[in-house]
Order: sequence, then structure tokens, then C-alpha cells
Amino acid sequence: MNLSAAHIWFIILALAAGTFLIRFSFLGLIGNRNLPDWVLRHLRYTPVAVIPGLVAPLVLWHDGVPGVLDPAQIAAAIATVTVGMWRKSLLSAILAGGLVYFAGLWVIG
Amino acid sequence: MAMAPSTAKSAYARGVTDSLPFLLIVAPFAMVFGIVATEAGLSVAQVMGFSVLVIAGAAQLTAIQLMVEGAPTTIVIVTALAVNLRMAMYSASLAPFLGPAPLWQRAAIAFFNVDQAYALSIAKYQAAPEMSVPVRVAYFAGLVTPVAPIWYMGSLAGATLNAAIPQALTPDFAVPIAFLAIIAPMVRTVAHLAAALVSIFAALALAWLPLGLGLLVAAMLAMATGAEVERRLGERPL
Repeated sequence: MNLSAAHIWFIILALAAGTFLIRFSFLGLIGNRNLPDWVLRHLRYTPVAVIPGLVAPLVLWHDGVPGVLDPAQIAAAIATVTVGMWRKSLLSAILAGGLVYFAGLWVIG
Repeated sequence: MAMAPSTAKSAYARGVTDSLPFLLIVAPFAMVFGIVATEAGLSVAQVMGFSVLVIAGAAQLTAIQLMVEGAPTTIVIVTALAVNLRMAMYSASLAPFLGPAPLWQRAAIAFFNVDQAYALSIAKYQAAPEMSVPVRVAYFAGLVTPVAPIWYMGSLAGATLNAAIPQALTPDFAVPIAFLAIIAPMVRTVAHLAAALVSIFAALALAWLPLGLGLLVAAMLAMATGAEVERRLGERPL
């Protein structure tokens, strides 16, 4: 990473301030003013809208190159998603992904 | 979670015990962040700056990943904050229960309102509407009392023990697995699944856009998809 220390600290402080303001928003401004339903309906999907798109190229494009696959990593990703959706558990999902990844490395050599 | 605690002291103690199982998730995840951030070139102080000041694992990992990819600062900040937008919804749903608390208490709750604390607190408040506001605040304080220090210590352990961690656990492997493990249990309805699929295909199709804009556009399309599917089908489980 080619960022200076000052630059990295700027990002940290901006994220800290922004994250606090998001978390404080309604608790701080109160009243029982509620967000319109359509806004809440969009907010509900932010994590599942951002993270899969962020991860997809990391999983499917080995070293960022389209068309180059890493079978161990893809198998680990499938295991993580399957177990995570089935067991609804972050920990089980991480363990499944880790086990399959190392098994994959061992099989491929 | 049977009986609602009636005094602030017992609510605080209940909060501490209710959050203990979550430490099994928080500790390894914090270590993964510490490892990934250190591998990316952050100093131990910077890793701890992230974990102490931001306290939002998925957003922190998103920022690191985009920094590694050389995305412009604005994109790093906007995208990582987009990952945290769900917390505005947490804030809105806690407001009716905690609104009358003093401002400094609401500010402290907001600062520590991580996913686990939100999920446990809202479940308790809804199940026990007779809890008074001070008792609710005490319960929340109990929840974060073990979680926050474990998050800090896990990050520190990951950052400092980095060299002792097997080479196979490089960011290559750890980042996607950590993200997928967070997100998979959140995919509970048809609308969640539709949003996730649009996010994946749009992000891959738009990866050629400069400045990391592809992910932002993909996320907006996916949010609109999730909201529209929910409007038509309701929150139909998978």
C-alpha cells in the first residue's frame, strides 16, 4: 500500500466520525420521528448489497485477473456461504471455509 | 432471556452474560482484521486506531481492501460507510426504546452499537416492554462490557502476532472468507438473496469502471432490487 501515515490516519478518523454519525443519527435526533418505510426498506439491504459485490472478484479472479481461478479458494467460499446460510452462524461458516481451504491446498499440493 | 431484569444492576449483569457466547465470534474476527490490516501495511497503532475508533469489522475490512487496491480516498470512505448504513436502521429502531435517556448515554450507546449489541438489545427490549429506560441502558452497557475489550485485544493480538500466523492465512484467503461468513447468515429472505446476486453480477460486470465506482453502482442496484423484491413478496424466507 502506497499511502502515507497521515493519509491512513485521515481515512481512520473520517470513518470513525462517519460511523459514529450514522450510529447516532436517530438515537441523537430523536423524537419519535420515524424514517419513511421506503428508506428503511433500502437500508435493510445495504450489507447484502455491498459485501457480495466486494468479495466476488476476490474469490473468482485470482490476483485480480478475470479468468484465472484458484480452486481451493472457490471451494472454501462455497463452503463458507453454504454453512453460513444453513447454520446462520458466523463462526461455523469461518470454520467450514478454513477447513475446506486447507483441505483444498493439501489435495492440490 | 426468560424474565426481564428489573434493576439496573441485574440488567447490567444479564447483559454481560448474554453477550458472552458472542465473544467466540468477536475474538477470531478481530484477529483476522488485525492480521489483514498488518499484512496490508498498517502499523499496530493504525490497526488499533481503526478498531478502537471505528469499531465496525466489516467496514474496516472493506476500507483495508480498497486501500490495498489503490482506490481513491473518497471511494474508500464512501464505500466503507455504505457498509455501515445499516446502522442508521439500528439507530432508528432503538430510538423508541432509548430516546428518553440522557444525551451522553445515547451518544455512548451509539458509539458502541455494533451488530451483536444491537441484535441482543432490540430482542430484549421487544420481548420485555416493561423494562424502564435506565434498565435498558444498563442492559446495553452490560452487553458491550465484554465485547468491546475483546474486539480491541483480538485486533492487537492479530496485529502483533502476525509473524507467527501461518503464511497460508494471508489476506488472499482470510478476507473473502471473513466477509462471506458475516454476510451468509444475513441472507434470510428471497429479497436478501436477490440483492446479493445483483450485487455479485453487477460488481463483476462493472469492474471496468474507474475509481471503484463499479462497486458503488452495483450496491445501489442491489439495494433497489432488495427493496423492490420485498415490496412485492414481503419478507418471504428462503
